[in-house]
Amino acid sequence: MKTRRVAIIGVGHSKFGERQDVNVKELAFESIKEALNDAGVTPKDIPYLSVGSIGVWYEEPLPAVAIAEYSGMSGAGLYKVEAACATGSAAIHTAYSAIASGYVDLALVVGVEKMREVDTLTAMELMGRAGSYLWEFENFGLTFPGYYALYATAHMNRFGSTEEDLALVAVKAHGYGAMNPLAHLRREISVEDVLSSHVIAWPLKLYDCCPISDGSAAAVLASEEKVRELGIDTPVWITGIGMSSGTGTLSYREDYVGLEATVKASKQAYRMAGVTPSDVEVAEVHDCFTIAEILAYEDLGFCGKGEGHKLVREGQTEVGGKIPVNLDGGLKSKGHPIGATGVSMMVELTKQLREEVEPRSRQAPLKKYIALAHNVGGTGHYCYVTILRR
Amino acid sequence: MSEMPTIRSRKLEITYNIPISRTLKFWEGLKEGKIYASKCRKCGKLYFPPVADCGNCYSSDMDWVELSGEGEVEAFTHIIVRPVSFQEHPPYTVAIARLKEGVKALAWITGVKKKDVRIGMKVKLVPRITEDGRLTYEFKPMRE
Ligand SMILES: [Zn+2]
Repeated sequence: MKTRRVAIIGVGHSKFGERQDVNVKELAFESIKEALNDAGVTPKDIPYLSVGSIGVWYEEPLPAVAIAEYSGMSGAGLYKVEAACATGSAAIHTAYSAIASGYVDLALVVGVEKMREVDTLTAMELMGRAGSYLWEFENFGLTFPGYYALYATAHMNRFGSTEEDLALVAVKAHGYGAMNPLAHLRREISVEDVLSSHVIAWPLKLYDCCPISDGSAAAVLASEEKVRELGIDTPVWITGIGMSSGTGTLSYREDYVGLEATVKASKQAYRMAGVTPSDVEVAEVHDCFTIAEILAYEDLGFCGKGEGHKLVREGQTEVGGKIPVNLDGGLKSKGHPIGATGVSMMVELTKQLREEVEPRSRQAPLKKYIALAHNVGGTGHYCYVTILRR
Repeated sequence: MSEMPTIRSRKLEITYNIPISRTLKFWEGLKEGKIYASKCRKCGKLYFPPVADCGNCYSSDMDWVELSGEGEVEAFTHIIVRPVSFQEHPPYTVAIARLKEGVKALAWITGVKKKDVRIGMKVKLVPRITEDGRLTYEFKPMRE
C-alpha cells in the first residue's frame, strides 16, 4: 500500500489534575492553542479535527461539536473517537490515516476528559460498567482496579512477582511525576507508602492506581509536503502504528498474565516501522495500574515473558537504564484523563525526540531517536502502539 | 467535591431494560438450579457466558448444555472500594475459574475466608437468586 509520510509538527498539553476551574471546552482550548502555536498554524488552516473523549462524566454529550465551536473550528471535518482508555491513540490514528491516504494535508487531534464533575464512586461505576456490563458488572460489580487485580494475582502466582515489585513501579512513576510541572500527583513516594496505602482491589492499593484526572492534550499532524511548506525544522515522524483488540468479557480470554492485544499491536507497529524492541530508546507505556506496566514490558518485548518485574527491580526502565519508560510520570503520577492519555503520550515523546524536555533530568539519552507509545483501552479491550522517529 | 464555583446540572436517572429472550433457557435454568452453557450445533464451540449466535461460524443453531460447575481458580481479587451501585454490599471477592468443560466463568466466590482464597483452589459454580430477586451465580469452595 502506497501511503504518504505523516509528522507531528505541533504539540500542546494542559495541566492534569482536578480542573474544576474549567469546563471541557475551556480545558481543550488550553492544549489546542499551544499545539497550533507550536506548529505555526491557525484554527482556520485546520480542515480535519479528531476529538478523543469518552465523555460520560461531564455535561456535553457531543464534545467534538462543543470544542470545535469554542475553538473556532466549526466547519472543519469533525468527529469524536472512542477506544476506552486508548481513545487518544485512536484519535491520532484517524488523523494519521486521513493524511497518509492523501485525504487532507493537515489535521488537529485533541484528547480531553473531565472526570471530576462526578464523585469518585460514580466515576468508578462508569468505568467498571465499561468492562462487560451484563456478565461482569450487573451482578459482580467489577471495577477497573478489580480487573487489573485479577491479572496481578495471576502474574504473581505464575512468575513470582510481588507487591513490592508493583510498588517499585509506582515509586518510579512518582519520581518522574514530581519533576513534571503538568503532572497531577507531584510528590515522591516510597515503597512503604505504597504498601501501607489502603487496599482498593487486592493486591492493588491506592498507590498502585492512577488518579482520576481532568486534562487535555493536542497534536497537529501534517503531510511531508506540508512540513516542507511550513518550514518545520524538527518534525517527528509517525513511522509505525499497530492496533488490535481483545474480548470485553474477561472469562473469554485465554489467560491473565499478559494482554494479547498488546502483543499483536506491537508486532504490527515494529514491522511497519522496521525496528525491533531493542531499537526503542524511550517509551510511554499504559500504566493505569502498576501491574499494567509490568505486563507492558513483557508484551512489548522489552524483556521475556514473566521477567517484567525484574526489569523494574534492576532499574532498567529509568533514565540510564536499558529502556527508560514513562519519564513524564506515566498515567500513575501524571494522571489519566482517559481521552487525553494517548495524545499526552505523543506530546511527551515528541518533546523527548526534540530533546526539549524540562527539567533535563527527565530527558532520555538518544542516539537513534526512536520512541514508542503503548496505549491500552480497558483491560486489553483495545490496544494501539505507535512508533515515532525524529 | 471542589471549592471552585460550579452549576449543579439537572438530574437524570437511567435504567436499561436488557433483552434476554434469546438466552432465556439460561436465565430460566438458574431458577431450576442449573447452569447452562450454549453450544453451537454447527461448529461445536461451547460458550459461557452463553450466546444466541456463534461468532465463530455464524450459525444461530445453538444447543444448551448443563455445566457441572466444577472448576479451578485462575485469578481472583478482593474488591474493597466498590462502585456507587454496590455500596450496600460488603466488600466482595471475584474469581475466574476454568470449568471442567473447558470454558471459564467469572463470579463472586462466597463461603470462604478472604485469606483462604488461592489460585488453584477447587470451586463449584452454583445458581443463586438474590434477596432482591436478581438471577445470578456464584462460586463455592469444594471440599477435597
Ligand atoms: Zn459455530
